[in-house]
Amino acid sequence: MSDISMTDTKKVLFGPIADTNPIALQILGICSALAVTSNLNTTITMCIALTLVTAFSNFFISIIRNQIPGSIRIIVQMAIIASLVIVVDQFLKAYAYSISKSLSVFVGLIITNCIVMGRAEAYAMKNPPIPSFIDGVGNGLGYSAILIILGVIRESLGSGKLFGFEVLPVVNDGGWYVPNGMLLLPPSAFFLIGLIIWVLRAWKPEQVEEPDFKISPNTKASHH
Amino acid sequence: MSNDSTGKTLTVAFILCIVCSIVVSSAAVILKPMQLENKLLDKKKNILAAAGLLKEGVDVEESFKNIEVKIVNRETGKYLESDPTLEAWEKSILDDPETYDQRKAAKTIGRFTELTAEQDTASIRKQAKYATVYHAKGADGNVETVILPVHGYGLWSTLYGFIALETDLKTVVGLGFYEHAETPGLGGEVDNPKWKGLWPGKQVFDAEGSVDISIIKGSVGSTTKNAEHKIDGLAGATLTSVGVHNLVNFWLGKDGFGPYLAKLKAEGV
Repeated sequence: MSDISMTDTKKVLFGPIADTNPIALQILGICSALAVTSNLNTTITMCIALTLVTAFSNFFISIIRNQIPGSIRIIVQMAIIASLVIVVDQFLKAYAYSISKSLSVFVGLIITNCIVMGRAEAYAMKNPPIPSFIDGVGNGLGYSAILIILGVIRESLGSGKLFGFEVLPVVNDGGWYVPNGMLLLPPSAFFLIGLIIWVLRAWKPEQVEEPDFKISPNTKASHH
Repeated sequence: MSNDSTGKTLTVAFILCIVCSIVVSSAAVILKPMQLENKLLDKKKNILAAAGLLKEGVDVEESFKNIEVKIVNRETGKYLESDPTLEAWEKSILDDPETYDQRKAAKTIGRFTELTAEQDTASIRKQAKYATVYHAKGADGNVETVILPVHGYGLWSTLYGFIALETDLKTVVGLGFYEHAETPGLGGEVDNPKWKGLWPGKQVFDAEGSVDISIIKGSVGSTTKNAEHKIDGLAGATLTSVGVHNLVNFWLGKDGFGPYLAKLKAEGV
């Protein structure tokens, strides 16, 4: 890595995990974060798939960034991303059939995941291939970090299992734990993401945005 | 040449399309055999699951050895047996019944019958002349379960699956789909083990022997009349529920496996 120093590489790679997290700070990729996190198997597969797609799309887009005409740049990015997603989907169907079945449309929907295109447009169009690749991996890791937290909470409390193995014996199988069914439904991930953002911003106050406008104080009733 | 000139734009677009299509198509072609193998294995798994024979830790191929594959002439209800009047393609089915593809046959001229709008309650349009049925045998070699392939249209897609019946040919052992593209979370819940768990023990024929099984709106409670002939509908997926209702009724009826089931009943399994 001649063009960037080690500290920069670290920042690009690990920055997106807590400092510029794509889900928590940039609020991208929420849709799939809600959809695939009800159990850890699909969560991890989705994380790997998205990290690969983001890294390689960043890499390839960065290679040809100086050749891409501005007028069709979004379409060029989309074509590259879409091709990579199809390849990933084909590999999953060949090597991890049951997981690809449970992920169903969501692998295909990586194409529309804002993180992939967001990084292509924000980073890969302006930076050389290797840093772009690292940026893709970093953002994939940031996405994965949030998804794994969601997956662990939702699967353990929602169905008493982790990776399909029992951790909390549920009442239906003669145990003591009454599973919280709401955690298996997508809205629960929404609440959890909200809580994660809250915790993250309490820890790192610099992530709190300046309000766009201030709410003016209520007019006080006049005292007699 | 500037990046934004028309020529450059067209060239970039053209080269990109070629490269992307080569990558995508070669991935699809190279991985196809493995995907087909997976699909076949998944189908076997679903046959076993419908019959309640899928056990954790037991190899699918191993369990499948207890399953006998039979080819049935759908109209007469008779098994396909070797006969000098058979055509070449019919003979080839007999040679290797396991590889007979009912779905392909329903698209090959001369190997299917067109259904009239009235008959076609499952919206499948074409019905293959020969259907595959599976007999699951117990340890003593007697047939314990009869597994019938079913398919029909839901909301977005054709659902392909199996229904397994006990040897009384009335009691459901299980129902499961191995291929569909219904909305995940709504119609896709046909795959939910909880919903599939409602099927075992249900009665699909009434006392007179006509098909009587329906998927109702809402859930079947203790006060529901004829509860053994009724299944809860899928919440938020009315059209998928209706589709499943239709396809089950179609396949158990006279244009589906009716003649075969009647013959089995008369002659014993």
